Amino acid sequence: MSKKKEQAVVYSQQNIATGIYDMWIQTSLAKDAKPGQFISVYPQDKSTLLPRPISICEIDKENSRLRIVYRVAGKGTAEFSGYQKADKIDVLGTLGNGFPLEKAEGKRVFLIGGGIGIPPMLETAKQLAGKTKETNVILGYRNSELFLKEDFEKYANLFIATEDGSVGTKGNVLTAISEKGLEADIIFACGPMPMLRALKQYAAEKQIPAYISLEERMACGVGACLGCVVKTREVDHHSHVKNARICTDGPVYLADDVEI
Amino acid sequence: MKDTKIEIAGVTFKNPVMTASGTFGSGMEYAEFVDLNCLGAVVTKGVANVPWEGNPTPRVQETYGGMLNAIGLQNPGIDVFIERDIPFLKQFDTKIIVNVCGRSVSDYVEVVEKLSDQPIDMMEINVSCPNVKHGGIAFGQNPDALFEITKEVKKKAKQPIIMKLSPNVTDITEMAKAAEAAGSDALSLINTITGMKIDIYKRAFALANKTGGLSGPAIKPVAVRMVYQVANAVKIPIIGMGGIASAEDALEFMMAGATGVAVGAMNFVNPYTTREVVKGMEDFMEAQKIEKITDIIGCVK
Repeated sequence: MSKKKEQAVVYSQQNIATGIYDMWIQTSLAKDAKPGQFISVYPQDKSTLLPRPISICEIDKENSRLRIVYRVAGKGTAEFSGYQKADKIDVLGTLGNGFPLEKAEGKRVFLIGGGIGIPPMLETAKQLAGKTKETNVILGYRNSELFLKEDFEKYANLFIATEDGSVGTKGNVLTAISEKGLEADIIFACGPMPMLRALKQYAAEKQIPAYISLEERMACGVGACLGCVVKTREVDHHSHVKNARICTDGPVYLADDVEI
Repeated sequence: MKDTKIEIAGVTFKNPVMTASGTFGSGMEYAEFVDLNCLGAVVTKGVANVPWEGNPTPRVQETYGGMLNAIGLQNPGIDVFIERDIPFLKQFDTKIIVNVCGRSVSDYVEVVEKLSDQPIDMMEINVSCPNVKHGGIAFGQNPDALFEITKEVKKKAKQPIIMKLSPNVTDITEMAKAAEAAGSDALSLINTITGMKIDIYKRAFALANKTGGLSGPAIKPVAVRMVYQVANAVKIPIIGMGGIASAEDALEFMMAGATGVAVGAMNFVNPYTTREVVKGMEDFMEAQKIEKITDIIGCVK
């Protein structure tokens, strides 16, 4: 499996919630892609030089397509949101390690997503379907704009928490877990830092492993610039200090191994 | 076949194209994209006498046509570097230039002594990193301090040395002259320009370090100007860098007086940039009927 930069073609794009876009791209990168990995997407506007790291939401190997679901956060993603079918888009991938699915086989699994951390959990749910003892997906949204909800329902039991209480449990994903009395042997999660910190603590109390996907400002995306590091508990093999590269050694880490 | 060879301090490079320190690791990550054999040299990320942790995150931010970084010279230390990075680079037919950083003269000298017996071609001394609080830039903004450290390094180095100059000075030619007078074999310039970005929604600095080094196409005209000034102030060869994205950019630096050129931030934007610059330079020579690339060095007076 090697990384490459290539020109992909937009297959479809739609706006699925306020500021959230759902794009399928035609790319050879789909062949080697794994759930929890990401791709770097390049704006055409040369004033915005750096690639935008975006998680892979779904993989269609048969048709060589990747689905990315992203939030418009600035000039680069605003440009992407204007793309239409057949537009060209430069991508680099596939990047990062992905979720260790084999560790969840035969177990009771929580797949947890918060906000724009929800998308990568979809392909994870899809590939784990039928392989676990039980899969409970717990998603945290801001409000009733429940993007990707129907997609998740195809693969697992779904529990929703909303900040405004408009749907499901009022509160966050942990409120939903306790309200519904859910239990798990292993957790895979992606979402905002406060959620990941809370999950790290929850997993430590329950003495179960939690694999969490992190994000950070990146430049190269391939492990060279050392921009996107996370503090680690132990000295890591590459840096020889306690700094692992999120783009290459991650983005998925055992929560116990990182200082967040 | 056009002659793309250049020579710096007795070292012959197959072409002028190198990597700018800190943007290419030790080549491992980019070897997946670029055949390192086609490069004039790989200039490594700075290495110190002991491992450095670097700065807190965020360490990088995009700016208009460029980027700010405040990595803080995170590195695994010279011992790991000698064991891991040099043997990796030795597999390729390219020159190896090791960038050396430190907080004190003795830090630098310790690394230089250890590298002296290693199979590397040159050392680039980083006295111009704007992102570390002690050392680094302190030596690069004062001609007397630069003279002293150059002399100390030169005493111990068995390979030719390159002093890497900071643009964050009033007159870069004063610094260039000090390094030349102390025996530096070559110069590289420019390091990043100190900058700042503010997140107006958080009312906070965008980088954890508050300031960072600006690089990328946004700084190219400043870099070309400084290369031109320095080329007219000293006799030692110059490796020029600052926002090179294409062969055309690289050729500007050479016509301004640089013997070698280095691709930096643009490696992040297009991992194939180095390879494309080499190819574009060959195409330019063909189209313009230039027999030897050295013929164009400093041709704009």
